Amino acid sequence: MPHQPPRSPRRSAFGSLVLIAVVVGVAAAAFAYTGGWLSPQRLTPDKIVQAFTPPTGPPLGHRRNHAKGVCFTGVFEANGAGSALSRATVFTRGQYPALGRFNLGTPDPNAPDATVRVRGMGLRISTPDGQEWRAAMIDLPFFPVSTPQGFYDLLLASSSKDPNAMKTLVGAHPEIAAFGAWAKSAPWTGSYAEEPYNGLNAFIFIDNSGAEHAVRWSLRPAAPAVPISNEDLAKRGPDYLEQEIAERVRGGPLSWTMVVAVANPGDPTADPSKAWPEDRQTATVGTLIVQQIQAEADGPCRDINFDPTVLPSGITTSDDPFPAARSSAYRVSYDLRTAEAKDYPRTATGAKP
Amino acid sequence: MIRQRFTLLQRILHWLMAVGMLAMLFIGVGMVSTVAPKYLPLIAIHKSLGIAILVLALIRLAVRLGYGAPPLPADLPEPMRLAAYLSHYALYALMIGMPLIGWAMLSAAAYPVVAFGGVFLPAILPQSDVLHTLLWNAHFYLAFAFFALILLHVAAALFHLLVRRDGVFETMGPVTQRNELAPAE
Repeated sequence: MPHQPPRSPRRSAFGSLVLIAVVVGVAAAAFAYTGGWLSPQRLTPDKIVQAFTPPTGPPLGHRRNHAKGVCFTGVFEANGAGSALSRATVFTRGQYPALGRFNLGTPDPNAPDATVRVRGMGLRISTPDGQEWRAAMIDLPFFPVSTPQGFYDLLLASSSKDPNAMKTLVGAHPEIAAFGAWAKSAPWTGSYAEEPYNGLNAFIFIDNSGAEHAVRWSLRPAAPAVPISNEDLAKRGPDYLEQEIAERVRGGPLSWTMVVAVANPGDPTADPSKAWPEDRQTATVGTLIVQQIQAEADGPCRDINFDPTVLPSGITTSDDPFPAARSSAYRVSYDLRTAEAKDYPRTATGAKP
Repeated sequence: MIRQRFTLLQRILHWLMAVGMLAMLFIGVGMVSTVAPKYLPLIAIHKSLGIAILVLALIRLAVRLGYGAPPLPADLPEPMRLAAYLSHYALYALMIGMPLIGWAMLSAAAYPVVAFGGVFLPAILPQSDVLHTLLWNAHFYLAFAFFALILLHVAAALFHLLVRRDGVFETMGPVTQRNELAPAE
C-alpha cells in the first residue's frame, strides 16, 4: 500500500465520510438549483406551455398553441436581392423546397375559424447544403407584449377568473392596448391566402463582408384582401379556411413576396411590440409559392417544429428575447405532442411507418 | 510489468472528460428549464460538447482496450470489486451512449444538428415520432442516472482516497504522489 498518514484511522474515517457526504450533497444541490427545482419563480418553458392549456385539458397530440392548421408544400424562389444583406444560401437566386403550415392562433384544434383572431404560418425552407430556415409568423403587424414574461402574464390573465386580471395586466404591460385595438378594428378575411405573415422578431443578417444588419421579415400576399364580417365568416362553417385554401390551391399556386425591412440605428430590435417606422429600407428577396395543401394528420408539416431559431449560416438571432423563449416552449410542445401521437391518429391513406 | 497508475493519456482524458461531462449535465438541466436568451447558447454548447465527448469517449475506449487499467487492491472486498467493474461499464456505456442518443433524438425530430457554430451533422435516424419519444425518454432519464453514477463514482474515489487509502484514487489522481513514482514509469 502507498502512503499511510499517521492520523488515528478511526476518527479520520468518520470525518472523511462526512466530507464525502458533503461533497455529494453539495453537488446534488447545485444540480437541483441549476435545474430550477429550487427556484419556483423561474419562468420555464413548461410553465408557458401549461399556461396555454384550455379548461378542457391539453390538445393531446397537437401543438399546444396554433393547434389548428393545415400543411402546404411549395418552393421559395429567391431573386438574389437578399444576398446583399445575408450570405445565407437561401438568398442566392434559385428555387428551394418549402414546407409549411397555415394555422390559427388557438390551443384548440377544433376551434371554429371565426372564433380565432390571429392567423399564422409556419415555414421551412431547405437548401441543398442541408441547411434550413424555419420561421413561424403571424398576421398581426406587431406582437402584443414586449417580453416573454409579459406574454406569460397575458396567458395567465386570459384564463384568470379574477375580473380585474386584464386590467392589472394592461397596467403592467400597457403596450398590449395596441393589440386590443387591432383585434377590434382590423378587418377579417375569408382566406389564409389573403393574409400577410409577419416575422415580428428582429434577426441579424450577416453579409459576405461579415457586416450585420438587424432585420424583420414579412410575407405579403399576392391575393388581395377581401374583407368579410366575422358573422359571415362564421356562417361559412367551422373549418372553412382549410377547405378554402385547398380549393384555391387546386386552382393554381398562390404566392407571397418576402420583404425584409432593415433597421435604422436605434430602432428597437429587442421589442417586437414596437413596429419599425414604415420608411425603413426594405428589400424584396423572393417569393414563396404554395403549390399543394395536405391535411395535417398525414401531412409533412405535422412533425416539424417550426422553431424560429433553426437558421442557416448568415442569419442569427438578435437581442430580441422572444426567439429563445419561443424555441424553448416550442420544444416542450413538440416533445409532448410527438409522445401523444396515438391520440391524434394518422389516417390509413397517408400513414407513416 | 503491473502498472501502478493509468497512463498519462488516460489521466488527461479522464479529467478533461470529467469536466466536460459535469458541464454537460448541468447545462442540460439548466437549458431545459429556462426561456431566457441564454437558452440558445446553452443548447448550442450542449450539442458541440456532446459531439466532443463522443469523440473523446471513443478514443478513451480504444486507449483503455489498449493499455488496460491498474489492478484493484487484492484486499478489496468482492462487492466493492463488482461495483467498481459494473459502474465503469455503465460509465463507458453512458459517455458513448448519451451523445449518440441525443444526436439520434434530434435526427428523429428532423432538427438540423449543428455543432461548433456551423458544422451541419447528418441525421443518423429518419424522422419518427415513436423513436423521438423513446430517445427523449432515454436521454432524460439516463441523464439523471448518469449524474447519480458520477456522484457515486466521486464518493467511491474519495472513499478510496480518504478512508481505505489503498492507492486506487492515485491511479487516476491528477498529481503524482512522491512515494508512487514507480521505477517502471
